[in-house]
Amino acid sequence: MSDRTLSRRSFLGGAAAAVALAACGKASASRASPVTLRVAIVSNSQMDDAISLSPVFEHQHPGIRLKFVNLPENEARAKITADVATQGGEFDVVMISNYETPLWAKNGWIVDLQPYIDRTPGYDAADFVPRIRSSLSYNGHLYSVPFYGESSFVMYRKDLFDRAGVVMPTHPTWLDVVRLAKRFHDPRSGHYGIVLRGDPGWGENLAPIDTVINAFGGRWYNMRWEAQLTTPQVKSAVGTYIETVRAYGEPGASADGFTECGTLYSQGDAAMWYDATSATSVIEDPASSKVVGKNGYAWAPTQTGKPSGWLYTWSLSMPTTCSHRQQAWEFMAWMTSKSYIELVGHRLGWSHVPPGSRLSSYRIPQYRELSRRYGPLTLQSIQAADPKHPTVRPVPYTGVQFLDIPEFQDLGQLVSEQFSAAIAGQTSVEAALAQSQEYAQTVGATYRHR
Amino acid sequence: MTAVTAPSAVPVGTIRSRSTRQVSWSRRAPLLPALVFVVVVTQVPFVVTIWYSLNSWNLVRPGSRQFVGLANYVHVATDVQFRTALVNTVVLTAGTVIISMVIGVALAVLLDRKFLGRSVVRTLLITPFLVMPVAAALLWKTAMFDPTFGIVDYVLGPLVGHVVWLSRFPLASVMVEMIWQWTPFMMLLVLAGLQSMPTDVVEAAGVDGARPFAIFRELTLPHLRRYIELGVVLGAIYVVNEFDSIYMMTQGGPGVSSTNLPYYIYERAFLGFDVGQSAAMGVVVLAGTILVATIALRLIFTSFTGREEAA
Amino acid sequence: MAATDTLAAPPRAATRPTPAIRRRRRPGIGNVVWGVVAWLVGILFFFPVLWMVLSSFKTEAAAYTNVPQFVFSPTLAEYRHVFSSGVGSYFLNSAIATVVSVVAVLLLGTPAAFALSLRPIKKTSDALFFFLSTKMLPIVAAIIPLFVAAEAVHMLDNVWTLVILYTAMNLPIAVWMMRSFLLEVPSELLEAAEMDGARLWRSLREVILPVVSPGLAATALICAIFAWNEFFFAVNITAARAATVPVFLVGFISSQGLYWAQLAAAATIATLPVVLAGWVAQRQLVRGLSFGAIK
Repeated sequence: MSDRTLSRRSFLGGAAAAVALAACGKASASRASPVTLRVAIVSNSQMDDAISLSPVFEHQHPGIRLKFVNLPENEARAKITADVATQGGEFDVVMISNYETPLWAKNGWIVDLQPYIDRTPGYDAADFVPRIRSSLSYNGHLYSVPFYGESSFVMYRKDLFDRAGVVMPTHPTWLDVVRLAKRFHDPRSGHYGIVLRGDPGWGENLAPIDTVINAFGGRWYNMRWEAQLTTPQVKSAVGTYIETVRAYGEPGASADGFTECGTLYSQGDAAMWYDATSATSVIEDPASSKVVGKNGYAWAPTQTGKPSGWLYTWSLSMPTTCSHRQQAWEFMAWMTSKSYIELVGHRLGWSHVPPGSRLSSYRIPQYRELSRRYGPLTLQSIQAADPKHPTVRPVPYTGVQFLDIPEFQDLGQLVSEQFSAAIAGQTSVEAALAQSQEYAQTVGATYRHR
Repeated sequence: MTAVTAPSAVPVGTIRSRSTRQVSWSRRAPLLPALVFVVVVTQVPFVVTIWYSLNSWNLVRPGSRQFVGLANYVHVATDVQFRTALVNTVVLTAGTVIISMVIGVALAVLLDRKFLGRSVVRTLLITPFLVMPVAAALLWKTAMFDPTFGIVDYVLGPLVGHVVWLSRFPLASVMVEMIWQWTPFMMLLVLAGLQSMPTDVVEAAGVDGARPFAIFRELTLPHLRRYIELGVVLGAIYVVNEFDSIYMMTQGGPGVSSTNLPYYIYERAFLGFDVGQSAAMGVVVLAGTILVATIALRLIFTSFTGREEAA
Repeated sequence: MAATDTLAAPPRAATRPTPAIRRRRRPGIGNVVWGVVAWLVGILFFFPVLWMVLSSFKTEAAAYTNVPQFVFSPTLAEYRHVFSSGVGSYFLNSAIATVVSVVAVLLLGTPAAFALSLRPIKKTSDALFFFLSTKMLPIVAAIIPLFVAAEAVHMLDNVWTLVILYTAMNLPIAVWMMRSFLLEVPSELLEAAEMDGARLWRSLREVILPVVSPGLAATALICAIFAWNEFFFAVNITAARAATVPVFLVGFISSQGLYWAQLAAAATIATLPVVLAGWVAQRQLVRGLSFGAIK
């Protein structure tokens, strides 16, 4: 009996030692071999495409190997922010957005890319969509480079509209949208008038809701940093959004984000969807969408006449802790270059082209043809978004669907949770706004004293 | 095997001779490596956590770190959402542990009798516990509870109508998933207890004419008590700190209706990046848990204090 | 033993109470009903897992149907996709973290449990309670200090950091479980070992360990399950190099489009090792947990 016990333990010990040796061996081997770049990205289809094409980059750059870390959006953001803020040095390239870029550039957490850009012929940073480029700049220098950019607009089932003899105005108001949603809402047959995001997250339900606030002439703070979330305009805006999704939207909207809405719409369950312009890569994808070619597009709805589409871009940046800056730049430049776009188009199909980053993409004949229904509107929406003056009345902050202050991740999270609860019917719109007002006041107070 | 020791009034070392003290040291020495290891790995971060809780520090606002004393604790005491998370935690823990133990006992009784294919059924029944919690949560969220494509809606829809489970009953939905995962654990423990019962006493009682229900109550349950206690304590410790399911299934929503304490702390730390507050909350939760555990373990659970019962 | 009256409904006794004598003569009918009920319950509990495995063989379009499809044409496409996503290094990291931490837990925990199972004194309860209390701190609160500490010694994104954390995570449970098992050991054996003094380790190894080895195995298996399945530390302390299987799994949640079929495939692969281990070792697990059985 003791023999059996002894041999079992020595087997375990031997196995552990063997595994440990193998691991050490692996580690020491990689020290002698090429530079390995650790790239933190957010999980979405364009990034999946980039990962699948990364062998092309490695082939062209034999001294560089790529290791991707991809996580769902909230987790990725949390991880990247925690690492960069504490100078953890876990990543060489990180995927951030126009929210983080100006803030982190000011903190000195990310590297100024302008010198690298200037030294790379043919990169043509002037080709970036101007609005996108300026949103990623700090003091005139680019601190991250855009992978793809987006605004927001209305997507609708042109076939259903035509059949019903209904026309969607090119520049609809929110009242138009509500009216049309009601017209097409038929829950018993599983068809919803509109799908809208409802799940909590400052980048989830708060993105569209914020644009609605702007569209109704509301704002988060006045110039004295006093919170404005209980003003009539904001009440009207948030009330319209929440009532619409509760009355004419999908059930369980309080848990639905971009993914869920995209699934519902592309499976044919909804007549309209107000969301990112980049959603076209989901709803016009023949591989998984049932509504390809049936869609029409209209400007983001507004009540005031001022364009209200948001401005957002996923971009690549280099933390200052990165010790392989030249190699990291080579990778970032490759992924945001014109040749990458051509590569994606030819290898994976033109519907996979990352939208909204380069003007030249829309001049490529195949892509222009493919995107003729939504391409021009995408570019126009992006250009019309003005983060420096997002609202009708003056505000002390910048950003269209977010406020570009460090506290916004927290504040936005809390407020979006209130809205999500209101959509689920657990609280009233008034109560949600009252609570949000309190949160906003706390943050506003710290700014008033600066 | 009835060694019951009353706590001695006099510490062992003082009266005895030196050689006995040596013996008692060598008796305690094997404990030291584990103790030292755990102290270093868990207590050092804990002390740092306490230090953080006395500071106001937002991770994304560099230079914002400053000593604020107990301000974070005051904030925790007045935080309505913290209270909601606390209530949710209690409900979730009690519900999960109790219900899964009840079902576990039932399943163990079911498995204790021989029938055709018993080992296969046992294999099927223990599987939920082995499934990775992250995978289980995603499985339940996507395939079971999804309002459009989910199995639960397909099966229960005709009976109770179309209910969006994760939005209407988020905490209950998470509880169902956790009960599914923890019942096999409870079942295994109780089954172990059942199989360690001396059968002669049971058969004797049966021959005497006692009904099966009575046998269960008078003979079986007392014997199972240690196993049930073990299951409840272990289960509670894990379920109180449950994070994966909430994170994957509901992200604490809608609002804070399914946020439990670990998830709330996570939100403050990683979405709000408020290190000071999340640290303070962690300390408060730890204090509360230790308080509850002290009361529960020392007063209620005899097996914990080392006193043994007659088998 | 006087016959007592029955009480209010007990848990799930499906058979009619039959007097003991008759039970011995006719085992058939009661057992069949019992067996059917047991099988139904077993299938019910297992069904979600079955569904997950079935879904892994579907295409995405087939996985997202309003009416669940049991009949479909299976495909290995999703598995191919999962395997081409570099699953190997994640498995290696998980294996290292699990195996090494379990070995460490046994090496550290068994002696500790042994020390704590000898004549219980007040200090025993204190030590036990201390061990248990380390599991009561929500690790979520300690993660930032741990992160900062790991970063300070350049141990971020390192599988050995996970080993250390998992060992600390599992030690309390292991100590407690092993102590329960050791308490069942006849006290003469324990005292003899203790009296041996200098030959303590040898008597421990040769005499006591064989007796408690089912308990050892059960403890090792439970610790392995917890280590393999652990997500929170893994996702926060590791990044590109040391990521484990749960982190790999979560990367399949795409923020765009349909993903259930490939997620099911990834989940099946991820959970397979532990599920197989549990299935194979379940008899040992039950035996280990029921340590006092004299069979």
